[in-house]
Amino acid sequence: MLSSMNALLRRDLRLAVRHGGESLMPLIFLFAVIILVPLGVGPGPNLLASIAPGMVWVAALLASLLALEQLFRPDLEDGTLEQWWIGPGSPAALVVTRLFSHWLITGVPVIVFAPLAAEMLYLPDSALPTLMLSLLIGTPILSLVGGLASALTLGTNRGSVLLSILVFPMVVPVLIFATGGVAAAAEGLSASAHMGLLTALLILAVTLVPLATTAALRLNIE
Amino acid sequence: MIFHRLKVGFHRLGSPPTFHKLCRVLSPWLWAGFLVCAAIGLYQALYVVPPDYQQGDSYRILFIHVPAAWQAMAGYVIMAILAVIALVWRIRTVEIMTMAAAPVGAAFTALCLATGSLWGKPMWGTWWAWDARLTSMLVLLFIYLGIMGLYAAFEDRRKGARVACILVLVGLVNIPLIHFSVEWWTTLHQGATIRLLGESRMHPSMLPPLVWMTVGVKLMFGAALLDRARNDLIDQDRRKNWIRQLVDEPATGDNA
Amino acid sequence: MGWTLQLMRILIETSQATFSRAGEAVFEPIDLSVAGGRALVVRGANGAGKTTLLRLLAGILRPSAGQVKRHAPVAFLGHLAAFKGELSCRENLDFRRRFSGTGSGMSNSRALARVGLAGLGLRPARTLSAGQKRRLGLAGLLVAPAAVWLLDEPYASLDDDGCTLVDTLLADQIGRDGSVILSTHQRQPELEASPEVLVVQRHAQGG
Repeated sequence: MLSSMNALLRRDLRLAVRHGGESLMPLIFLFAVIILVPLGVGPGPNLLASIAPGMVWVAALLASLLALEQLFRPDLEDGTLEQWWIGPGSPAALVVTRLFSHWLITGVPVIVFAPLAAEMLYLPDSALPTLMLSLLIGTPILSLVGGLASALTLGTNRGSVLLSILVFPMVVPVLIFATGGVAAAAEGLSASAHMGLLTALLILAVTLVPLATTAALRLNIE
Repeated sequence: MIFHRLKVGFHRLGSPPTFHKLCRVLSPWLWAGFLVCAAIGLYQALYVVPPDYQQGDSYRILFIHVPAAWQAMAGYVIMAILAVIALVWRIRTVEIMTMAAAPVGAAFTALCLATGSLWGKPMWGTWWAWDARLTSMLVLLFIYLGIMGLYAAFEDRRKGARVACILVLVGLVNIPLIHFSVEWWTTLHQGATIRLLGESRMHPSMLPPLVWMTVGVKLMFGAALLDRARNDLIDQDRRKNWIRQLVDEPATGDNA
Repeated sequence: MGWTLQLMRILIETSQATFSRAGEAVFEPIDLSVAGGRALVVRGANGAGKTTLLRLLAGILRPSAGQVKRHAPVAFLGHLAAFKGELSCRENLDFRRRFSGTGSGMSNSRALARVGLAGLGLRPARTLSAGQKRRLGLAGLLVAPAAVWLLDEPYASLDDDGCTLVDTLLADQIGRDGSVILSTHQRQPELEASPEVLVVQRHAQGG
């Protein structure tokens, strides 16, 4: 089973590298948001600092949404998806692997470049560690939840509109706890309650999402 | 043992003709019950209960707003229970019922939001406020819409129903989380004023119409659910023999 | 190879298995059992459910009634060869080998040579012709061996040479005491011992 997961992860990353430009989309998106927002609301440092956590998080969310349409669909169309149920690997483990590679491709670049984005939006330095922590805990939830929505809409032919409608309610708690925590840290308050709740969400998502996603994929390949 | 009986019962319901018959018999009674309850409730709400000393007559919208809000949430619970039954025992008519519950629940959620907004304008001076309950109701509406959209997007409606049932269960885990997180986020709405246990802070005369309306709304939910499920079933099975027999029966009866 | 020792053992069997789509059984319930060293040809009219049956046997679909029992690793080669067009033939075969977790398969170059694709290992799979893609699919069976082969229309898009190749590969697999279940409606496999035939009956509509 580990060998299957390993093979899938390596192939996913290899494909991402080979697609090149497409894999840079999350970063381009992050910086498009970060650059457009000051142009839209004005360059006042106080205003920007107060909306910075939300902006970075919304950018992270949109970045993770970008690749969702293509998360399982190419595999469905070329027949690799049905092989998941034949090989020795458990489908749920392969689902986790696929979501992990989605996170590596869409989540990690955002985390890496978040300090730069935060600096550009005048986020107080004291809030930066909390922002990073919230992204580290929260972006895997975005990948998990997005993967579930992607699996649910796989059998439909107008997936992308539905995908956004399905993802949006599911990420409300993530957005609230993450940005709330960063805002609290910016005001010099403790963000541990927020981060604790965010971690609880992550644990819940890690336990439940692979099962639901596997069930949804299975129904969609039948 | 009870589990087994339940299962057998549901499987009997799973036969489309039986289900169709049950819906046709049950739904007029539910509609009648709704009309009676709503008539009594609305009469009491509009003529018997005295005006509020602060809010005047405008608070009377509560008798629609609150039952609709409760039903929006209760409807989700009912839908989730149906979804579990549908997924575990793979009963087609229950899948259809689950999917029939979504639009009805969405309608009550929309009604709750609309009446809340109408009430909010004179009370808070604004149509919309980013308060916890309003926001979670709005998110609930989107969850309902997502379920409906997902079901509608599949060509194979049985498959669509089963996939949407998974989403219903995901929502069941998600809704309390959303509610809790939004509540944490901000609170401006008045706290809950009705308690099952302990003293209610409402004027006692307000309770009877509220109970009538609540019961009425529940009956209406049931009636609309059965009617929608029956229509969907007929639509899906329109080329099947049992429908043909159903349509032919009265005609042959007349001839004889 | 472990499974070569299990001489003439039943490798895959079903009892009254069927699959329902949109609440309707696709084909009449099927009983079959295939032992090591045997082949089974699945026949039936277009739309009778041959592909569905093979997907059911592979475990991609779950039976809506009855049972499917697999006693050995299974490989499924369908209309979609399950290769990534962006990756080279070699990379695709490497993936197949690692994914199935078997270490006993052929090397890439041997497998490619065996199916007549020698020298094309570095070509991206998308540049192959339809027939070459089918051949690559066959190479996938060689690099990741399984005791049971489930082949859906293995002769489709292949030239005469290719069809003979399929027959040889089938003979090899049977010679290794593996099992083969294949669907076909054009060519019949030419094997030493004529294979059993199963005719899939489309489920009568109604009710």
